[in-house]
Amino acid sequence: MLYAILCYHDEDTVGSWTAEHDAAVIGKLSVVQKKLADQRRLGPVARLLPTTSATTLRKDDPPLVIDGPFAETKEQLLGFYVVDCENLDGALDVARDLGRANPGGAYEIRPVGSLTHGSLPT
Amino acid sequence: MTDVAWIDTALTSARPQALGALLRYFRNLDTAEEAFQNACLRALKTWPQNGPPRDPAAWLIMVGRNVAIDDIRRRNKQEALPDEEAISDTEDAESEIAERLDGSHYRDDILRLLFICCHRDLPATQQIAVALRIVSGLSVRQIARAFLVSEAAMEQRITRAKARIAEAGVAFETPGAVERSERLSAVAAMIYLIFNEGYSASGDTAEIRAPLCEEAIRLARLLLRLFQTEPEIMGLTALLLLQHARAPARFDSDGAFVLLDDQDRGLWNQNMIAEGLALIDKAMRHRRSGPYQVQAAIAALHARAGRPEDTDWVQIDLLYGALEVMQPSPVVTLNRAVAVSKVKGPEAALAMIEPMAPRLSNYFHFFGAKGAFLMQLGRNDEARVAFDRAIALANTTAEAAHIRMHLDRLIRDSAPQTSRKAST
Repeated sequence: MLYAILCYHDEDTVGSWTAEHDAAVIGKLSVVQKKLADQRRLGPVARLLPTTSATTLRKDDPPLVIDGPFAETKEQLLGFYVVDCENLDGALDVARDLGRANPGGAYEIRPVGSLTHGSLPT
Repeated sequence: MTDVAWIDTALTSARPQALGALLRYFRNLDTAEEAFQNACLRALKTWPQNGPPRDPAAWLIMVGRNVAIDDIRRRNKQEALPDEEAISDTEDAESEIAERLDGSHYRDDILRLLFICCHRDLPATQQIAVALRIVSGLSVRQIARAFLVSEAAMEQRITRAKARIAEAGVAFETPGAVERSERLSAVAAMIYLIFNEGYSASGDTAEIRAPLCEEAIRLARLLLRLFQTEPEIMGLTALLLLQHARAPARFDSDGAFVLLDDQDRGLWNQNMIAEGLALIDKAMRHRRSGPYQVQAAIAALHARAGRPEDTDWVQIDLLYGALEVMQPSPVVTLNRAVAVSKVKGPEAALAMIEPMAPRLSNYFHFFGAKGAFLMQLGRNDEARVAFDRAIALANTTAEAAHIRMHLDRLIRDSAPQTSRKAST
């Protein structure tokens, strides 16, 4: 069974880390990640850019683009995509296509800061 | 988990929100600051035992307010303060207050806190100092260090600025749309001032002053989280990130300034660039351009160029043209002339800045740019005259050093050039 582990933390707190502290945390995490990667158990790992860089597409008819992260609490996180796009407009186009196939709810579009591909056997 | 470092970070990040709310309650900056201070002391005592509260800002507001009210009561009645237990049952009240203080309230609280620091009567340096003290919570010693002045001098500067702020009085009612947008642009300008104070450092002080840039970025992000749909705040945040991303490459190991074209682009911070590019991309979709967005777009074009020769100077020229219309200033025209020199050659650039000569006869940057264009044209004697004038007009040692570097290059380059000329 594959499991997704979703990372939540207070953005203010993480944002006030010094570069050294940030690097130290990433260093400690990479030790854990390497162990999993060596066992070919690690899938993609993404660090997302801050929520200030997020845009939300409400899958209404017509779809509505809103600045900022997804803020409602009555809907739950059910899945995610990682897509390569030229820019935000490109990402919104993809999200609109997906939204036409599956209306209702919303997509939060967040640029990925760094991505490692992991080691899962294909 | 609940070590002192964690608490410290939590207190710092909760500060603007908590202090802003306390200022709204007490309508007096000194009382609010004292209340916040007392709440922090209590946090340091109780958080390690009880664990961190769910919402640190709400906890601090609640405790700060209770302590201050008790203080006021005690002073009025001249009687003993009740036991700490009597006021520290914050566990139940916390969720209630967190719900009552909804996002929009916080937004105006924090904006007000930032806005009181950019009072028109305060000179720029005082605005910055007082904002770093009040909003960011840096110690006077830290601020003095960043400003390269003595602690006593900084203490005096901040005290004076705070007295000015107290005299001026602040509007505490919820601002209307126009007022809010005026406050927002004043605050944005102040954040940019903080950034520039750090960014204009010379090589030997860059490291000491870098925290100013980092603090400005933190404040810009904070502002953007409160005003998520404002393209100019996206632009400001992007601009700061894209400029600061170059910090590791701006000075060589001797502390000498490295020109953009000569910087090791491998040293640029790619995370900051990615965030800056994402933000400017997001801002542009609004089709409501403004000076911060245009400047960020220019910085983005530099950031996107893997090598100096890949820079899209045509686009940069157009963007400076747009900036000239929005915010006419000699600096903008001089910067545009640099782009023009890349697109159409130094002759065109020189022709562009010549008409400004009578107005800018005492302006450092004018002679710096003029000298650079003349040098590119091989008119070295005239270039030397312009550079000499620039050095005489330099405002900082960093500026003078920058021009001296050009002069050195002129001397270095002109020697082999003349010999080459002689041989042909």
